[in-house]
Amino acid sequence: MSDELLKPEELIKIDHKIPSKDWMDTPVNIRKGMYCYASNPKSVEYVGLPHARAWNPLDDDWKLPENWKQIIHEGFKERLDKFRSFKVFMDICVRCGACADKCHFFIGTGDPKNMPVLRAELLRSVYRNDFTKVGKILGKIAGARELTIDVLKEWWYYFFSCTECRRCSVFCPYGIDTAEITIMARELLNLIGLNIDWIATPVANCYRTGNHLGIQPHAFKDMLDFFVEDIEEVAGGIQVEPSFNRKGADILFITPSGDVFADPGTYTAMGYLMLFHYLREKYGFDITWSTYASEGGNFGFFTSHETMKRLNSKMYAEAKRLGVKWILGGECGHMWRVINQYMDTMNGPADFLEEPVSPITGTKFENSKSTKMVHIAEFVADLIKHDKLELDPSRNDHLKVTFHDSCNPARGMGLLDEPRYVIQNVCNHFYEMPDNTIREQTFCCGSGAGLNAGENMEQRMLGGLPRANAVKYVHEKHGVNMLACVCAIDRAALPPLMEYWVPEVDVTGMTELVANALIMPGQVDRTTDLRGEEIPGLQSDDVKTEGDNVEK
Amino acid sequence: MSGHVKNFLEKRKTVIIKKWFDCVVDTYPPETASFLKKEKDPFNNPVGKTTVQCLEAIIDHLLDKRSEQDMISHLDPIIRIRSVQDFPPSKAAGFVLFLKKIIREELNNQKSKDVEINELSALDSKIDELVLIAFDVYAKCRETFYQIKANEAKNRFYKAFERAGLVTGLTEEKQDLS
Amino acid sequence: MNVRYMYSLIAVIVLFLLAYAGAEAGVWSQYILGVVIPYLAILVFVVFFIRRIVGWAKSPVPFRIPTTCGQQKTLPWIKSSWLDNPSSRLGVIARMFLEIVFFRSLFRNTKFAVKDQNKPFYALELWLWVGALAFHMAFFTVVARHLRFFTQPVLFPISLLENIDSFFQVGLPGVFISGVVLFAAVTFLLIRRVLIPQVRYISLASDYFPLFLIFGIAFSGLLMRYFSKVDVVGVKEMAMGLVTLHPHIVEGVGAIFYVHVFFVSILLAYFPFSKLMHLGGIFLSPTRNMVNNNRAVRHINPWNYPVEVHTYEEYEEEFRDKMIEAGLPVEKE
Repeated sequence: MSDELLKPEELIKIDHKIPSKDWMDTPVNIRKGMYCYASNPKSVEYVGLPHARAWNPLDDDWKLPENWKQIIHEGFKERLDKFRSFKVFMDICVRCGACADKCHFFIGTGDPKNMPVLRAELLRSVYRNDFTKVGKILGKIAGARELTIDVLKEWWYYFFSCTECRRCSVFCPYGIDTAEITIMARELLNLIGLNIDWIATPVANCYRTGNHLGIQPHAFKDMLDFFVEDIEEVAGGIQVEPSFNRKGADILFITPSGDVFADPGTYTAMGYLMLFHYLREKYGFDITWSTYASEGGNFGFFTSHETMKRLNSKMYAEAKRLGVKWILGGECGHMWRVINQYMDTMNGPADFLEEPVSPITGTKFENSKSTKMVHIAEFVADLIKHDKLELDPSRNDHLKVTFHDSCNPARGMGLLDEPRYVIQNVCNHFYEMPDNTIREQTFCCGSGAGLNAGENMEQRMLGGLPRANAVKYVHEKHGVNMLACVCAIDRAALPPLMEYWVPEVDVTGMTELVANALIMPGQVDRTTDLRGEEIPGLQSDDVKTEGDNVEK
Repeated sequence: MSGHVKNFLEKRKTVIIKKWFDCVVDTYPPETASFLKKEKDPFNNPVGKTTVQCLEAIIDHLLDKRSEQDMISHLDPIIRIRSVQDFPPSKAAGFVLFLKKIIREELNNQKSKDVEINELSALDSKIDELVLIAFDVYAKCRETFYQIKANEAKNRFYKAFERAGLVTGLTEEKQDLS
Repeated sequence: MNVRYMYSLIAVIVLFLLAYAGAEAGVWSQYILGVVIPYLAILVFVVFFIRRIVGWAKSPVPFRIPTTCGQQKTLPWIKSSWLDNPSSRLGVIARMFLEIVFFRSLFRNTKFAVKDQNKPFYALELWLWVGALAFHMAFFTVVARHLRFFTQPVLFPISLLENIDSFFQVGLPGVFISGVVLFAAVTFLLIRRVLIPQVRYISLASDYFPLFLIFGIAFSGLLMRYFSKVDVVGVKEMAMGLVTLHPHIVEGVGAIFYVHVFFVSILLAYFPFSKLMHLGGIFLSPTRNMVNNNRAVRHINPWNYPVEVHTYEEYEEEFRDKMIEAGLPVEKE
């Protein structure tokens, strides 16, 4: 009787035993939803990067310069001579496979070329062909291949499918860092004008207006003024007064512009304003914002080392112009990789600044005595440790919080316990996700390194699946409903990710939680959180519960 | 439905799930399929874990007198993943149909005479029903997905304009209307 | 059938046949196999190994980019991870030592497996780590043990090592654990590469070749020691001849010996051109061998060059009117 029925495998034609073709012979399939649009030529031109033109990744013809192979070859050679990391990483991989299943993109998409080792092999195969004797003689047997247009397209697709999160590097016995390889590959691609617009346009904006979003100085001030109004509303009539471009201030504050502009980052920005206001009222804390250096992030880092340096230069230049003592940096991921591992080397020495000392606690930030830039989590943790903040963590009692380590602060810096200390002091309900998904093993949000565009939403959802999956676990187990992070890209990328995979969980920055719990001097009748939502159990008539918790 | 099919499914549950899981996972490239099958850590292998959990739940409740809502909740996690992966709708949701073949194969292997033809066609129609629900779930997932995509674009630009004071009038009017 | 490992397998078989034929052909070819080729191989190994290292070392390290795998050193009351996020040279040395000797990063493959819903437990994905460690340790021991053929009198550390190695005496001659472990480990690594689809997919011919070769070396070695006994005295005489630069051939040592020596020579000569250079490269990996103290001590980039920037003056020039209107301070009114 079974032959009366259509066979199921006839209904959906899936060949179970597709013979596995060699990866070198599998051409790239540029799939909708999995790539970002090509860079706008105007943006490329504005910062003077080469070969600006309109092109479309889906077209056969990418309108490459005639001598593109030569440009890539020479660029490759130059970088091998300039970066030991690159040269060593091209040579020493033994393809043990330890990294293979560590990439969030591989785990989510199941595309074998997303295994970090293969991503790097895309470049290595050309390296062997162009720069090693064995590769030249033995060719494909030695894993070498010529750079063709198909290989180039493959590079473009897969090096813009890497978020430079460095998770694979943690597990590599030689510390081979795919981020480093992706950085080089993107530099090479930029030599022939192959960037994505979600990177190229923020870079041009940042160069011109000081921030990725292209907010001009007056508008930047306007936006913060809106926060001032919002704060008055939600923080019990508190009037905060941020200052801009003020010469002679003690400290310059720089944070990613993303938080000035999109929810829920805006609440973190409001949190900064409230915290600084609190410190000023209580301790005479003196800090200024800048409209010229109004961007903490650095999409130049996703373009080339040179572009990174050009954008980053504004931080020290502005600090020098304003004559501040040191710089305080807000919550951001790749911003801190740049500050921690590149800024001083590229644009230092910052000998016009002083070694950072907290004006409130007197703590010397020895670890940043050369760079002269302190992370807000370090700064706030020190304040809390010295009992300088009046906090009522019960104001966050409606939240069950977990913490997502952003890749860059985790694996390019080691900022792990400062934000946890702060969060645990301002929230009563804190739960960690499983060990192999946090701290140095944290999973990427799936949208880092310039990939949080709109058109590649499938890619972002799949790249973020391992992270979302771990959140889902603590949501189901502990009822976690708030995902905290210290990164502006996270705050932009995680909300849609949560909405798709774990819709019951919202996203917040660390400082928002601090400001929620902070008892502002002179506040009256403050019953909502920064989002303007009533805090359960805090009706106007039982304000005294606030007072009870102050002591602890 | 009489108990024969139910007994059979209960008895052979592990084998059926195993076979079904293998079929579903083989819709991925072979290198990936082996990873999905072998990797036991649920956090390193959310796709494999979710797939196996969903298939188990579906088998467990296949014959229950259940509401459609329950079946949706069993199908949702796996289709939520497949609907954003590199599958056309037929492959993203059609994996349910593998079950027909697998159950028949198992019946043949077991030389089971208990299960009668009418029971079997009742089972088939259950599976057909499941396929239809799977397509509903798929459509729902894509709808959510595009909603999120649209919202993000809107939040990015509209809210910025709003904050910059460019659309204040508009929003106020809107609020008045509502 | 996978062409990549077939190529390598065939190459090793051809090499074996060459060596075997040569050993049987006569004294002249034995001289080539036992003297000329080993000398050449050593020469190639030394010269090109050094060239490779120098080549790497010539490229500077422009940025300090350690992969941090633990808490940074910041505030004094936050416990920092001196080993995984070293803030001092000592920490880096310890990190590198554990990396090189115990493959710590490979060991990090912690897995989380839910056995029953309530009791999550951690298990280690040990096999790659165990296999790799066994392979390298055994290889090192075997090489060190072979020094007995090249020294007269045999140095004390070598005889000590031998005694430890043959601690578990099983009949005569004493079984060296290292040889057996090496053979087992190389077999495991080979099988793993062929059987696990993901690993097979990423493997190149140059990944199989050294494995087959080392398999051949270990196999011929075991064969000589335990089965077709070779003239050990003759072997030692020839080895000492090579070391003292008075090379000569001792008759009747056996073909397997020449195969063994030929394989080793090929391995040595192949070494500097292959991924086996990870032996040297690991010491130079910037993500592991650097201190994470960037913000405290400035790192110098030798090729740092000035770049075009957008200055504040240019910025103010463009936006001055708007800034004044918004009440923002400006340099030039």
